[in-house]
Amino acid sequence: MNIGALLLRDKQADRVVPPTGYTAHLTLFVSGAMAFLAVFAMALSLASGRLADRWAEELARSATLRITAPADQRAAQTEAALAILKQTPGVARARALSDEEQAALLAPWFGQDLPLDALPVPRLIEVVAAEPGYDAAGLRLRLAAEVPGAVLDDHTRWRAPLVDAANSLRRLALISILLIAGAMAAMITLAANAALAANAQVIGVLRLVGARDRYIAGAFVRRFTLRALIGAAVGMVLGMVGVMLLPEASDEGGFLTGLGFRGLAWGLPLLIPLLGAIVAFAATWAAARRRLGELS
Amino acid sequence: MIELENVGYSYGGGELLSDVSVTLPPGSFHFLTGPSGSGKTTLLKLCYGALVPTAGRLCAFGKDMRTLDRDQMALLRRRIGVVHQDCQFLDHLKLAENIALPLVVSGRDTATEAGNLDELMQWVGLAARTDALPPELSGGERQRAALARAVIMSPDVVLADEPTGNVDWEMSQRLMQLLVELNRMGKTVLIATHDLGLIRATKSQVQTRVLRISNRRLQHAGADL
Ligand SMILES: Nc1ncnc2c1ncn2[C@@H]1O[C@H](COP(=O)(O)OP(=O)(O)OP(=O)(O)O)[C@@H](O)[C@H]1O
Ligand SMILES: [Mg+2]
Repeated sequence: MNIGALLLRDKQADRVVPPTGYTAHLTLFVSGAMAFLAVFAMALSLASGRLADRWAEELARSATLRITAPADQRAAQTEAALAILKQTPGVARARALSDEEQAALLAPWFGQDLPLDALPVPRLIEVVAAEPGYDAAGLRLRLAAEVPGAVLDDHTRWRAPLVDAANSLRRLALISILLIAGAMAAMITLAANAALAANAQVIGVLRLVGARDRYIAGAFVRRFTLRALIGAAVGMVLGMVGVMLLPEASDEGGFLTGLGFRGLAWGLPLLIPLLGAIVAFAATWAAARRRLGELS
Repeated sequence: MIELENVGYSYGGGELLSDVSVTLPPGSFHFLTGPSGSGKTTLLKLCYGALVPTAGRLCAFGKDMRTLDRDQMALLRRRIGVVHQDCQFLDHLKLAENIALPLVVSGRDTATEAGNLDELMQWVGLAARTDALPPELSGGERQRAALARAVIMSPDVVLADEPTGNVDWEMSQRLMQLLVELNRMGKTVLIATHDLGLIRATKSQVQTRVLRISNRRLQHAGADL
Protein backbone atom coordinates (compact mmCIF):
# COMPACT_ATOMS: atom_id res chain seq x y z
CA MET A 1 0.00 0.00 0.00
CA ASN A 2 1.33 3.39 -0.98
CA ILE A 3 0.75 5.65 2.03
CA GLY A 4 1.82 8.80 0.21
CA ALA A 5 -0.74 8.35 -2.55
CA LEU A 6 -3.39 7.51 0.00
CA LEU A 7 -2.78 10.68 1.96
CA LEU A 8 -2.64 12.87 -1.12
CA ARG A 9 -5.54 15.23 -1.08
CA ASP A 10 -8.34 14.02 -3.32
CA LYS A 11 -10.98 16.72 -3.48
CA GLN A 12 -13.60 14.53 -5.10
CA ALA A 13 -13.11 11.63 -2.71
CA ASP A 14 -13.25 14.02 0.24
CA ARG A 15 -16.57 15.42 -0.98
CA VAL A 16 -18.05 11.96 -1.34
CA VAL A 17 -18.09 11.49 2.44
CA PRO A 18 -20.17 14.23 4.10
CA PRO A 19 -18.45 16.51 6.61
CA THR A 20 -18.41 14.92 10.06
CA GLY A 21 -19.22 17.96 12.20
CA TYR A 22 -18.45 17.52 15.82
CA THR A 23 -16.25 14.41 15.67
CA ALA A 24 -13.89 16.67 13.73
CA HIS A 25 -13.71 19.17 16.59
CA LEU A 26 -13.34 16.40 19.16
CA THR A 27 -10.46 14.86 17.25
CA LEU A 28 -8.74 18.23 16.99
CA PHE A 29 -9.21 18.87 20.70
CA VAL A 30 -8.03 15.43 21.80
CA SER A 31 -4.95 15.58 19.58
CA GLY A 32 -4.14 19.05 20.87
CA ALA A 33 -4.56 18.10 24.53
CA MET A 34 -2.49 14.94 24.10
CA ALA A 35 0.30 16.78 22.32
CA PHE A 36 0.33 19.40 25.09
CA LEU A 37 0.70 16.68 27.73
CA ALA A 38 3.29 14.89 25.64
CA VAL A 39 5.48 18.02 25.57
CA PHE A 40 5.56 18.08 29.37
CA ALA A 41 6.17 14.36 29.67
CA MET A 42 9.01 14.77 27.21
CA ALA A 43 10.47 17.71 29.13
CA LEU A 44 10.21 15.75 32.37
CA SER A 45 11.88 12.71 30.91
CA LEU A 46 14.73 14.76 29.47
CA ALA A 47 15.24 16.76 32.68
CA SER A 48 15.17 13.75 34.97
CA GLY A 49 17.46 11.95 32.56
CA ARG A 50 19.95 14.81 32.64
CA LEU A 51 19.75 14.92 36.43
CA ALA A 52 20.23 11.19 36.83
CA ASP A 53 23.24 11.24 34.53
CA ARG A 54 24.85 14.22 36.27
CA TRP A 55 24.29 12.89 39.76
CA ALA A 56 25.48 9.44 38.84
CA GLU A 57 28.61 10.91 37.32
CA GLU A 58 29.38 13.17 40.31
CA LEU A 59 28.67 10.32 42.60
CA ALA A 60 31.12 8.08 40.86
CA ARG A 61 33.77 10.70 40.57
CA SER A 62 34.25 12.77 43.72
CA ALA A 63 34.69 11.73 47.32
CA THR A 64 36.20 13.22 50.46
CA LEU A 65 38.69 11.66 52.82
CA ARG A 66 38.52 13.09 56.33
CA ILE A 67 41.54 12.77 58.63
CA THR A 68 40.59 13.12 62.25
CA ALA A 69 43.69 12.83 64.39
CA PRO A 70 45.46 14.63 67.22
CA ALA A 71 47.18 17.78 65.97
CA ASP A 72 50.68 16.31 66.11
CA GLN A 73 49.79 13.25 64.00
CA ARG A 74 47.54 14.97 61.51
CA ALA A 75 50.25 15.97 59.01
CA ALA A 76 51.82 12.50 59.09
CA GLN A 77 48.52 10.71 58.64
CA THR A 78 47.60 13.04 55.79
CA GLU A 79 50.88 12.21 54.09
CA ALA A 80 50.29 8.50 54.58
CA ALA A 81 46.73 8.72 53.24
CA LEU A 82 47.88 10.66 50.16
CA ALA A 83 50.55 8.03 49.55
CA ILE A 84 47.96 5.24 49.70
CA LEU A 85 45.61 7.15 47.38
CA LYS A 86 48.41 7.65 44.88
CA GLN A 87 48.91 3.88 44.72
CA THR A 88 45.23 3.04 44.49
CA PRO A 89 44.18 2.15 40.97
CA GLY A 90 41.16 4.18 39.76
CA VAL A 91 42.05 7.34 41.65
CA ALA A 92 42.78 10.13 39.19
CA ARG A 93 43.76 12.84 41.65
CA ALA A 94 43.98 13.30 45.40
CA ARG A 95 44.71 16.63 47.01
CA ALA A 96 44.68 17.83 50.61
CA LEU A 97 42.72 21.05 51.01
CA SER A 98 44.70 24.01 52.31
CA ASP A 99 43.81 25.77 55.56
CA GLU A 100 42.35 28.67 53.61
CA GLU A 101 40.08 26.38 51.58
CA GLN A 102 38.87 24.63 54.71
CA ALA A 103 38.23 27.98 56.40
CA ALA A 104 36.20 29.03 53.34
CA LEU A 105 34.14 25.84 53.58
CA LEU A 106 33.42 26.40 57.25
CA ALA A 107 32.84 30.16 57.04
CA PRO A 108 29.12 29.89 56.29
CA TRP A 109 28.63 28.11 59.58
CA PHE A 110 31.21 29.66 61.90
CA GLY A 111 31.97 33.09 60.45
CA GLN A 112 34.99 34.52 58.67
CA ASP A 113 37.52 34.80 61.50
CA LEU A 114 37.59 31.25 62.68
CA PRO A 115 40.81 30.36 64.53
CA LEU A 116 41.31 27.13 62.60
CA ASP A 117 44.60 26.27 64.37
CA ALA A 118 42.95 26.37 67.76
CA LEU A 119 40.25 23.86 66.86
CA PRO A 120 40.56 20.15 66.17
CA VAL A 121 39.27 20.53 62.63
CA PRO A 122 39.88 17.42 60.55
CA ARG A 123 41.98 17.69 57.39
CA LEU A 124 40.02 17.09 54.16
CA ILE A 125 41.41 15.32 51.10
CA GLU A 126 39.52 15.62 47.85
CA VAL A 127 39.55 12.36 45.89
CA VAL A 128 38.66 12.41 42.19
CA ALA A 129 38.02 9.02 40.65
CA ALA A 130 39.21 7.97 37.23
CA GLU A 131 37.19 6.03 34.68
CA PRO A 132 36.52 3.27 35.79
CA GLY A 133 36.49 4.20 39.44
CA TYR A 134 38.31 2.72 42.43
CA ASP A 135 37.15 0.00 44.78
CA ALA A 136 35.79 2.00 47.74
CA ALA A 137 35.46 -1.00 50.07
CA GLY A 138 39.07 -2.08 49.40
CA LEU A 139 40.33 1.43 49.95
CA ARG A 140 38.47 1.67 53.26
CA LEU A 141 40.03 -1.57 54.50
CA ARG A 142 43.51 -0.42 53.63
CA LEU A 143 43.00 3.01 55.22
CA ALA A 144 41.62 1.44 58.38
CA ALA A 145 44.79 -0.60 58.69
CA GLU A 146 47.32 2.12 57.95
CA VAL A 147 45.68 5.49 58.69
CA PRO A 148 43.42 4.97 61.70
CA GLY A 149 42.08 8.54 61.65
CA ALA A 150 40.85 8.44 58.02
CA VAL A 151 37.21 8.26 57.05
CA LEU A 152 36.26 7.93 53.39
CA ASP A 153 33.03 9.70 52.53
CA ASP A 154 32.12 8.88 48.93
CA HIS A 155 28.64 10.54 48.98
CA THR A 156 27.18 7.28 47.67
CA ARG A 157 25.14 6.63 50.75
CA TRP A 158 22.85 9.64 50.35
CA ARG A 159 22.98 10.26 46.62
CA ALA A 160 22.34 6.74 45.36
CA PRO A 161 18.60 6.84 46.19
CA LEU A 162 18.35 10.21 44.44
CA VAL A 163 19.83 8.76 41.28
CA ASP A 164 17.32 5.92 41.53
CA ALA A 165 14.52 8.44 41.99
CA ALA A 166 15.62 10.46 38.97
CA ASN A 167 15.82 7.28 36.90
CA SER A 168 12.34 6.19 37.98
CA LEU A 169 11.04 9.63 37.13
CA ARG A 170 12.49 9.30 33.66
CA ARG A 171 10.92 5.85 33.28
CA LEU A 172 7.53 7.20 34.40
CA ALA A 173 7.76 10.06 31.94
CA LEU A 174 8.51 7.65 29.10
CA ILE A 175 5.61 5.42 30.13
CA SER A 176 3.42 8.53 30.18
CA ILE A 177 4.37 9.30 26.59
CA LEU A 178 3.42 5.75 25.56
CA LEU A 179 0.14 6.01 27.47
CA ILE A 180 -0.61 9.35 25.82
CA ALA A 181 -0.05 7.77 22.40
CA GLY A 182 -2.24 4.82 23.38
CA ALA A 183 -5.04 7.02 24.71
CA MET A 184 -4.92 9.09 21.55
CA ALA A 185 -5.13 5.94 19.41
CA ALA A 186 -8.10 4.74 21.46
CA MET A 187 -9.95 8.05 21.19
CA ILE A 188 -9.32 8.40 17.48
CA THR A 189 -10.50 4.81 16.98
CA LEU A 190 -13.73 5.71 18.77
CA ALA A 191 -14.16 8.90 16.75
CA ALA A 192 -13.39 7.09 13.49
CA ASN A 193 -15.86 4.33 14.37
CA ALA A 194 -18.52 6.94 15.12
CA ALA A 195 -17.86 8.64 11.79
CA LEU A 196 -17.91 5.30 9.95
CA ALA A 197 -21.16 4.27 11.64
CA ALA A 198 -22.77 7.63 10.89
CA ASN A 199 -21.81 7.16 7.26
CA ALA A 200 -22.77 3.51 6.91
CA GLN A 201 -25.28 4.32 4.18
CA VAL A 202 -22.74 6.37 2.25
CA ILE A 203 -20.22 3.55 2.49
CA GLY A 204 -22.83 1.05 1.30
CA VAL A 205 -23.64 3.16 -1.76
CA LEU A 206 -19.97 3.63 -2.56
CA ARG A 207 -19.39 -0.13 -2.42
CA LEU A 208 -22.37 -0.70 -4.71
CA VAL A 209 -21.13 1.67 -7.38
CA GLY A 210 -17.75 -0.06 -7.42
CA ALA A 211 -15.55 1.89 -4.99
CA ARG A 212 -12.64 -0.08 -3.62
CA ASP A 213 -12.06 -0.33 0.14
CA ARG A 214 -8.90 1.69 -0.26
CA TYR A 215 -10.82 4.58 -1.78
CA ILE A 216 -13.47 4.60 0.95
CA ALA A 217 -11.02 4.10 3.82
CA GLY A 218 -8.76 6.76 2.31
CA ALA A 219 -11.44 9.42 2.56
CA PHE A 220 -11.72 8.80 6.31
CA VAL A 221 -8.03 8.21 6.96
CA ARG A 222 -7.07 11.45 5.25
CA ARG A 223 -9.45 13.44 7.41
CA PHE A 224 -8.46 11.99 10.73
CA THR A 225 -4.74 12.09 9.97
CA LEU A 226 -4.95 15.73 8.96
CA ARG A 227 -6.97 16.67 12.03
CA ALA A 228 -4.60 14.84 14.36
CA LEU A 229 -1.64 16.57 12.69
CA ILE A 230 -3.16 20.03 13.03
CA GLY A 231 -4.48 19.46 16.56
CA ALA A 232 -1.19 18.00 17.75
CA ALA A 233 0.80 20.84 16.15
CA VAL A 234 -1.27 23.45 18.00
CA GLY A 235 -1.03 21.50 21.29
CA MET A 236 2.71 21.08 20.82
CA VAL A 237 3.24 24.81 20.25
CA LEU A 238 1.19 25.68 23.36
CA GLY A 239 3.13 23.11 25.39
CA MET A 240 6.44 24.53 24.19
CA VAL A 241 5.33 28.04 25.13
CA GLY A 242 4.46 26.66 28.57
CA VAL A 243 7.89 25.10 28.95
CA MET A 244 9.56 28.29 27.73
CA LEU A 245 7.74 30.31 30.37
CA LEU A 246 9.25 28.17 33.14
CA PRO A 247 11.96 30.01 35.11
CA GLU A 248 15.57 29.74 33.94
CA ALA A 249 17.52 26.76 35.22
CA SER A 250 19.55 27.74 38.30
CA ASP A 251 21.69 25.88 40.80
CA GLU A 252 19.54 26.89 43.75
CA GLY A 253 16.35 25.68 42.06
CA GLY A 254 18.01 22.36 41.35
CA PHE A 255 15.64 19.95 39.75
CA LEU A 256 12.49 22.04 39.43
CA THR A 257 13.98 24.82 37.37
CA GLY A 258 15.86 22.43 35.13
CA LEU A 259 12.58 21.28 33.58
CA GLY A 260 13.14 22.76 30.13
CA PHE A 261 14.64 21.62 26.87
CA ARG A 262 18.31 22.27 26.18
CA GLY A 263 19.90 22.97 22.83
CA LEU A 264 18.98 20.47 20.13
CA ALA A 265 16.37 18.88 22.40
CA TRP A 266 14.12 21.82 21.48
CA GLY A 267 13.65 20.03 18.17
CA LEU A 268 12.37 16.87 19.84
CA PRO A 269 8.76 18.06 20.46
CA LEU A 270 8.48 18.68 16.71
CA LEU A 271 8.19 14.90 16.43
CA ILE A 272 4.97 14.93 18.48
CA PRO A 273 2.59 16.08 15.68
CA LEU A 274 4.26 13.59 13.35
CA LEU A 275 3.77 10.76 15.82
CA GLY A 276 0.19 11.92 16.44
CA ALA A 277 -0.51 11.81 12.70
CA ILE A 278 0.99 8.30 12.45
CA VAL A 279 -1.11 7.12 15.39
CA ALA A 280 -4.27 8.63 13.84
CA PHE A 281 -3.46 7.12 10.46
CA ALA A 282 -3.01 3.63 11.89
CA ALA A 283 -6.07 3.86 14.16
CA THR A 284 -8.41 5.12 11.40
CA TRP A 285 -7.06 2.67 8.84
CA ALA A 286 -7.62 -0.26 11.20
CA ALA A 287 -11.12 0.94 12.14
CA ALA A 288 -12.10 1.47 8.48
CA ARG A 289 -10.81 -1.93 7.39
CA ARG A 290 -12.71 -3.59 10.21
CA ARG A 291 -15.95 -1.81 9.30
CA LEU A 292 -15.60 -2.43 5.59
CA GLY A 293 -14.90 -6.09 6.21
CA GLU A 294 -18.44 -6.39 7.58
CA LEU A 295 -19.91 -5.13 4.27
CA SER A 296 -20.25 -7.13 1.06
CA MET B 1 -21.84 -13.20 -18.92
CA ILE B 2 -23.63 -14.39 -15.83
CA GLU B 3 -24.27 -18.05 -15.14
CA LEU B 4 -26.15 -19.56 -12.23
CA GLU B 5 -25.80 -23.29 -11.60
CA ASN B 6 -28.21 -24.85 -9.12
CA VAL B 7 -28.05 -21.70 -7.03
CA GLY B 8 -29.97 -21.69 -3.78
CA TYR B 9 -30.40 -18.89 -1.30
CA SER B 10 -31.81 -18.64 2.19
CA TYR B 11 -31.86 -15.62 4.52
CA GLY B 12 -31.59 -17.98 7.45
CA GLY B 13 -35.04 -19.57 7.54
CA GLY B 14 -36.19 -21.91 4.80
CA GLU B 15 -34.76 -21.67 1.31
CA LEU B 16 -36.16 -18.71 -0.61
CA LEU B 17 -34.69 -19.80 -3.92
CA SER B 18 -33.56 -23.27 -4.79
CA ASP B 19 -31.99 -24.97 -7.72
CA VAL B 20 -31.91 -21.88 -9.90
CA SER B 21 -30.02 -22.46 -13.13
CA VAL B 22 -29.91 -19.83 -15.81
CA THR B 23 -27.39 -18.31 -18.19
CA LEU B 24 -27.48 -14.70 -19.33
CA PRO B 25 -25.51 -14.73 -22.57
CA PRO B 26 -23.86 -11.54 -23.82
CA GLY B 27 -26.34 -9.25 -25.55
CA SER B 28 -29.41 -11.02 -24.19
CA PHE B 29 -32.49 -9.23 -22.82
CA HIS B 30 -34.30 -10.92 -19.92
CA PHE B 31 -37.29 -10.04 -17.80
CA LEU B 32 -37.59 -11.46 -14.31
CA THR B 33 -41.07 -11.61 -12.92
CA GLY B 34 -42.94 -13.19 -10.04
CA PRO B 35 -45.19 -12.26 -7.14
CA SER B 36 -44.07 -9.74 -4.56
CA GLY B 37 -41.77 -11.39 -2.04
CA SER B 38 -40.89 -14.24 -4.37
CA GLY B 39 -37.21 -13.26 -4.41
CA LYS B 40 -36.63 -11.11 -7.51
CA THR B 41 -34.54 -8.56 -5.66
CA THR B 42 -32.70 -11.38 -3.92
CA LEU B 43 -31.82 -12.98 -7.25
CA LEU B 44 -30.50 -9.68 -8.61
CA LYS B 45 -28.43 -9.17 -5.46
CA LEU B 46 -26.89 -12.57 -6.01
CA CYS B 47 -26.00 -11.49 -9.55
CA TYR B 48 -24.07 -8.40 -8.45
CA GLY B 49 -22.44 -10.03 -5.46
CA ALA B 50 -24.30 -8.23 -2.67
CA LEU B 51 -25.37 -11.69 -1.48
CA VAL B 52 -23.48 -14.95 -1.70
CA PRO B 53 -25.43 -18.07 -2.76
CA THR B 54 -25.97 -20.56 0.03
CA ALA B 55 -25.90 -23.36 -2.52
CA GLY B 56 -24.68 -23.84 -6.05
CA ARG B 57 -22.30 -21.81 -8.18
CA LEU B 58 -22.54 -18.35 -9.68
CA CYS B 59 -20.10 -17.14 -12.34
CA ALA B 60 -19.80 -13.62 -13.67
CA PHE B 61 -17.57 -12.88 -16.66
CA GLY B 62 -16.30 -16.43 -16.42
CA LYS B 63 -15.15 -16.17 -12.81
CA ASP B 64 -16.69 -17.87 -9.81
CA MET B 65 -17.98 -15.05 -7.58
CA ARG B 66 -16.88 -16.92 -4.50
CA THR B 67 -13.24 -16.70 -5.51
CA LEU B 68 -13.21 -12.91 -5.93
CA ASP B 69 -11.56 -10.79 -3.28
CA ARG B 70 -13.00 -7.42 -2.22
CA ASP B 71 -11.08 -5.37 -4.80
CA GLN B 72 -12.02 -7.74 -7.60
CA MET B 73 -15.63 -7.47 -6.47
CA ALA B 74 -15.38 -3.66 -6.69
CA LEU B 75 -14.00 -3.95 -10.23
CA LEU B 76 -16.79 -6.38 -11.13
CA ARG B 77 -19.39 -3.87 -10.01
CA ARG B 78 -17.99 -1.32 -12.42
CA ARG B 79 -18.91 -3.70 -15.23
CA ILE B 80 -22.41 -4.32 -13.90
CA GLY B 81 -24.76 -1.34 -13.76
CA VAL B 82 -27.48 -1.77 -11.15
CA VAL B 83 -30.76 0.11 -10.71
CA HIS B 84 -31.76 -0.63 -7.13
CA GLN B 85 -35.36 -0.98 -6.11
CA ASP B 86 -34.77 1.48 -3.27
CA CYS B 87 -32.67 3.93 -5.25
CA GLN B 88 -29.75 4.77 -2.96
CA PHE B 89 -28.01 8.08 -3.40
CA LEU B 90 -25.61 10.22 -1.45
CA ASP B 91 -27.99 12.80 -0.09
CA HIS B 92 -25.40 15.54 0.36
CA LEU B 93 -24.29 15.50 -3.29
CA LYS B 94 -26.10 17.12 -6.18
CA LEU B 95 -27.93 14.91 -8.63
CA ALA B 96 -25.31 15.33 -11.36
CA GLU B 97 -22.58 14.35 -8.92
CA ASN B 98 -24.57 11.32 -7.82
CA ILE B 99 -24.99 10.15 -11.37
CA ALA B 100 -21.26 10.66 -12.02
CA LEU B 101 -20.33 8.83 -8.79
CA PRO B 102 -19.29 5.55 -10.47
CA LEU B 103 -16.88 7.55 -12.65
CA VAL B 104 -15.46 9.37 -9.62
CA VAL B 105 -14.88 6.27 -7.50
CA SER B 106 -13.21 4.43 -10.36
CA GLY B 107 -10.82 7.32 -10.87
CA ARG B 108 -12.13 8.34 -14.30
CA ASP B 109 -11.85 11.97 -15.28
CA THR B 110 -15.34 13.45 -14.96
CA ALA B 111 -14.40 16.51 -17.03
CA THR B 112 -13.85 14.46 -20.18
CA GLU B 113 -17.12 12.62 -19.58
CA ALA B 114 -19.11 15.82 -18.99
CA GLY B 115 -20.66 15.70 -22.46
CA ASN B 116 -21.71 12.12 -21.86
CA LEU B 117 -23.28 13.07 -18.55
CA ASP B 118 -25.28 15.94 -20.07
CA GLU B 119 -26.59 13.71 -22.81
CA LEU B 120 -27.60 11.07 -20.32
CA MET B 121 -29.37 13.60 -18.07
CA GLN B 122 -31.24 14.76 -21.16
CA TRP B 123 -32.18 11.18 -21.98
CA VAL B 124 -33.77 10.53 -18.61
CA GLY B 125 -35.43 13.96 -18.60
CA LEU B 126 -33.49 15.35 -15.65
CA ALA B 127 -31.46 18.04 -17.40
CA ALA B 128 -33.30 20.74 -15.44
CA ARG B 129 -32.65 19.05 -12.09
CA THR B 130 -28.85 18.64 -12.19
CA ASP B 131 -28.31 20.78 -9.09
CA ALA B 132 -31.11 19.28 -7.00
CA LEU B 133 -30.29 17.13 -3.97
CA PRO B 134 -31.70 13.57 -4.07
CA PRO B 135 -34.18 14.12 -1.21
CA GLU B 136 -35.76 16.91 -3.26
CA LEU B 137 -36.62 14.53 -6.12
CA SER B 138 -39.88 12.73 -6.79
CA GLY B 139 -39.98 8.91 -6.76
CA GLY B 140 -40.00 8.77 -10.54
CA GLU B 141 -37.16 11.25 -10.84
CA ARG B 142 -35.11 9.16 -8.43
CA GLN B 143 -35.71 6.07 -10.53
CA ARG B 144 -34.64 7.81 -13.69
CA ALA B 145 -31.55 9.10 -11.91
CA ALA B 146 -30.78 5.57 -10.68
CA LEU B 147 -30.97 4.29 -14.23
CA ALA B 148 -28.68 7.07 -15.43
CA ARG B 149 -26.15 6.21 -12.70
CA ALA B 150 -26.35 2.52 -13.60
CA VAL B 151 -25.41 3.09 -17.23
CA ILE B 152 -22.92 5.98 -16.97
CA MET B 153 -19.95 3.60 -16.89
CA SER B 154 -21.23 1.93 -20.04
CA PRO B 155 -21.31 -1.42 -18.22
CA ASP B 156 -21.44 -4.80 -19.96
CA VAL B 157 -24.45 -5.87 -17.92
CA VAL B 158 -27.39 -3.79 -16.69
CA LEU B 159 -29.52 -5.19 -13.85
CA ALA B 160 -32.64 -3.16 -13.12
CA ASP B 161 -34.97 -3.81 -10.18
CA GLU B 162 -38.44 -2.36 -10.92
CA PRO B 163 -36.98 0.55 -12.88
CA THR B 164 -40.44 1.74 -13.88
CA GLY B 165 -42.23 1.24 -10.59
CA ASN B 166 -42.95 4.91 -9.94
CA VAL B 167 -43.21 6.47 -13.37
CA ASP B 168 -46.11 6.98 -15.73
CA TRP B 169 -46.62 4.85 -18.80
CA GLU B 170 -45.02 7.32 -21.15
CA MET B 171 -41.90 7.71 -19.02
CA SER B 172 -41.66 3.97 -18.47
CA GLN B 173 -41.75 3.53 -22.25
CA ARG B 174 -38.91 6.02 -22.54
CA LEU B 175 -36.83 4.24 -19.92
CA MET B 176 -37.42 0.92 -21.65
CA GLN B 177 -36.40 2.60 -24.88
CA LEU B 178 -33.08 3.49 -23.26
CA LEU B 179 -32.56 -0.07 -22.05
CA VAL B 180 -33.47 -1.48 -25.46
CA GLU B 181 -31.02 0.94 -27.03
CA LEU B 182 -28.29 -0.26 -24.67
CA ASN B 183 -29.16 -3.87 -25.48
CA ARG B 184 -28.81 -3.14 -29.20
CA MET B 185 -25.33 -1.82 -28.41
CA GLY B 186 -24.53 -5.31 -27.11
CA LYS B 187 -25.18 -4.93 -23.38
CA THR B 188 -26.77 -7.74 -21.42
CA VAL B 189 -29.96 -6.59 -19.72
CA LEU B 190 -31.99 -8.16 -16.90
CA ILE B 191 -35.09 -6.36 -15.62
CA ALA B 192 -37.16 -7.39 -12.64
CA THR B 193 -40.76 -6.19 -12.91
CA HIS B 194 -44.36 -7.09 -12.14
CA ASP B 195 -45.57 -5.03 -15.04
CA LEU B 196 -46.72 -7.52 -17.66
CA GLY B 197 -47.91 -4.70 -19.91
CA LEU B 198 -44.39 -3.36 -20.01
CA ILE B 199 -43.05 -6.79 -20.89
CA ARG B 200 -45.53 -7.12 -23.75
CA ALA B 201 -44.76 -3.67 -25.06
CA THR B 202 -41.04 -4.36 -25.01
CA LYS B 203 -41.36 -7.74 -26.69
CA SER B 204 -42.39 -6.05 -29.90
CA GLN B 205 -39.10 -4.12 -30.03
CA VAL B 206 -36.49 -6.63 -29.01
CA GLN B 207 -36.14 -10.33 -28.56
CA THR B 208 -36.65 -10.95 -24.89
CA ARG B 209 -36.92 -13.94 -22.62
CA VAL B 210 -39.05 -14.02 -19.53
CA LEU B 211 -38.00 -15.76 -16.32
CA ARG B 212 -40.61 -16.30 -13.65
CA ILE B 213 -40.06 -17.19 -10.01
CA SER B 214 -42.71 -19.39 -8.55
CA ASN B 215 -42.53 -21.88 -5.72
CA ARG B 216 -38.86 -21.01 -5.09
CA ARG B 217 -37.92 -22.13 -8.59
CA LEU B 218 -37.07 -20.21 -11.69
CA GLN B 219 -39.20 -21.06 -14.71
CA HIS B 220 -38.38 -20.10 -18.25
CA ALA B 221 -41.74 -18.73 -19.26
CA GLY B 222 -40.76 -18.38 -22.89
CA ALA B 223 -43.15 -16.61 -25.19
CA ASP B 224 -46.38 -17.22 -23.30
CA LEU B 225 -47.15 -14.96 -20.39
N1 LIG C 1 -32.28 -9.07 4.52
C1 LIG C 1 -33.30 -9.95 4.62
N2 LIG C 1 -33.37 -10.76 5.69
C2 LIG C 1 -34.37 -11.66 5.81
N3 LIG C 1 -35.34 -11.82 4.90
C3 LIG C 1 -35.32 -11.04 3.79
C4 LIG C 1 -34.29 -10.06 3.62
N4 LIG C 1 -34.51 -9.43 2.44
C5 LIG C 1 -35.64 -9.98 1.93
N5 LIG C 1 -36.10 -10.95 2.74
C6 LIG C 1 -37.30 -11.77 2.48
O1 LIG C 1 -37.07 -12.52 1.32
C7 LIG C 1 -38.22 -12.57 0.53
C8 LIG C 1 -37.92 -12.11 -0.90
O2 LIG C 1 -37.56 -10.75 -0.88
P1 LIG C 1 -37.25 -9.98 -2.22
O3 LIG C 1 -36.94 -8.58 -1.85
O4 LIG C 1 -36.23 -10.71 -2.98
O5 LIG C 1 -38.65 -10.05 -2.97
P2 LIG C 1 -39.11 -9.41 -4.35
O6 LIG C 1 -39.48 -10.51 -5.23
O7 LIG C 1 -38.07 -8.48 -4.82
O8 LIG C 1 -40.39 -8.61 -3.91
P3 LIG C 1 -40.96 -7.23 -4.49
O9 LIG C 1 -41.62 -7.57 -5.77
O10 LIG C 1 -41.98 -6.84 -3.46
O11 LIG C 1 -39.84 -6.31 -4.61
C9 LIG C 1 -39.27 -11.71 1.23
O12 LIG C 1 -40.16 -12.58 1.89
C10 LIG C 1 -38.50 -10.90 2.21
O13 LIG C 1 -39.25 -10.71 3.38
MG1 LIG D 1 -37.93 -6.50 -5.02
